[in-house]
Amino acid sequence: MKELSLNVLDIAKNSVKAKATLISIRLEETEETFTMTVCDDGCGMTEEILRGVIDPFCTTRKTRKVGMGIPLLKMAAEQTGGNVSITSRHVDSFPDTHGTELTALFYKNHIDFTPLGDIVSTVTTLIQGSPEIDFEFLHTSDRFRVTLDTRQLREILGEEIPLSSPEIIQWVAQYLGEQYANLSNN
Amino acid sequence: MKSLAELAAIRDKMKDKIVLREGGEVTRIVVGMATCGIAAGARPVLNAFVEGVDREGLNAKVVVSQTGCIGLCQYEPIVEVSEPGKEKVTYVKMTVEKAEKVLKQHIQGGKIVEEYTITAAQK
Repeated sequence: MKELSLNVLDIAKNSVKAKATLISIRLEETEETFTMTVCDDGCGMTEEILRGVIDPFCTTRKTRKVGMGIPLLKMAAEQTGGNVSITSRHVDSFPDTHGTELTALFYKNHIDFTPLGDIVSTVTTLIQGSPEIDFEFLHTSDRFRVTLDTRQLREILGEEIPLSSPEIIQWVAQYLGEQYANLSNN
Repeated sequence: MKSLAELAAIRDKMKDKIVLREGGEVTRIVVGMATCGIAAGARPVLNAFVEGVDREGLNAKVVVSQTGCIGLCQYEPIVEVSEPGKEKVTYVKMTVEKAEKVLKQHIQGGKIVEEYTITAAQK
């Protein structure tokens, strides 16, 4: 992947497929590290599936027997000296607290660190593709904080207006874009 | 500065428009957004369609949506266009520029951009 934000999009799509109702994407930066956490309340994975998930030959897709999403992320993290960890609670064993949490740690100053890229586009793409799911997005460091929570938007918009409406997607893009623009001005 | 309060204004403006799309058949533009599509550049292609449809005022009759892997990863980014009563057209190896042309020539003009289709790619 050319940008880390594309990995974020790809990984969050797994949560969509797991029928999550809330997907939380947290990006946390320090001087040296970049940590990405994607957390969902989807169906979760059994221990057996979880063990195999790092393997490219483990996939949920029906069209081919190869899934590259997590292996690609793992490679991107490990080539900076970082790592990927996943914990999951399958719905059969945890009917009330099921879900998956994936954390990827990157070392930013490593020459092989992939830049984040257009993360705003990733957030709008997720909302556009799954307007019925709630997304919580948080990008923080000790210097800044960029946030979006679709539950807040839904409260204002009500039931009738889908979050995937172009007007809303455009508003989200501008809302996040302005938060990032203000950072670089300060 | 964009604020949440501004959303309320957008909501009020949109309420009348929503009814328009109900009933009446729509054209569907479906972009493949699995790992293969994303890695090949599907995200900007999707955005080009979403923004283009809005810009050209086609929201009432065109819906842009996302799908998973179609099984033709070597041809990603793939975009399928389904118009009511017509056969589905599959565009392959799409870019933002190609998306603009498909929007203009096919979606608005009704003429398939033959050179971008999978049939042309497989020749």
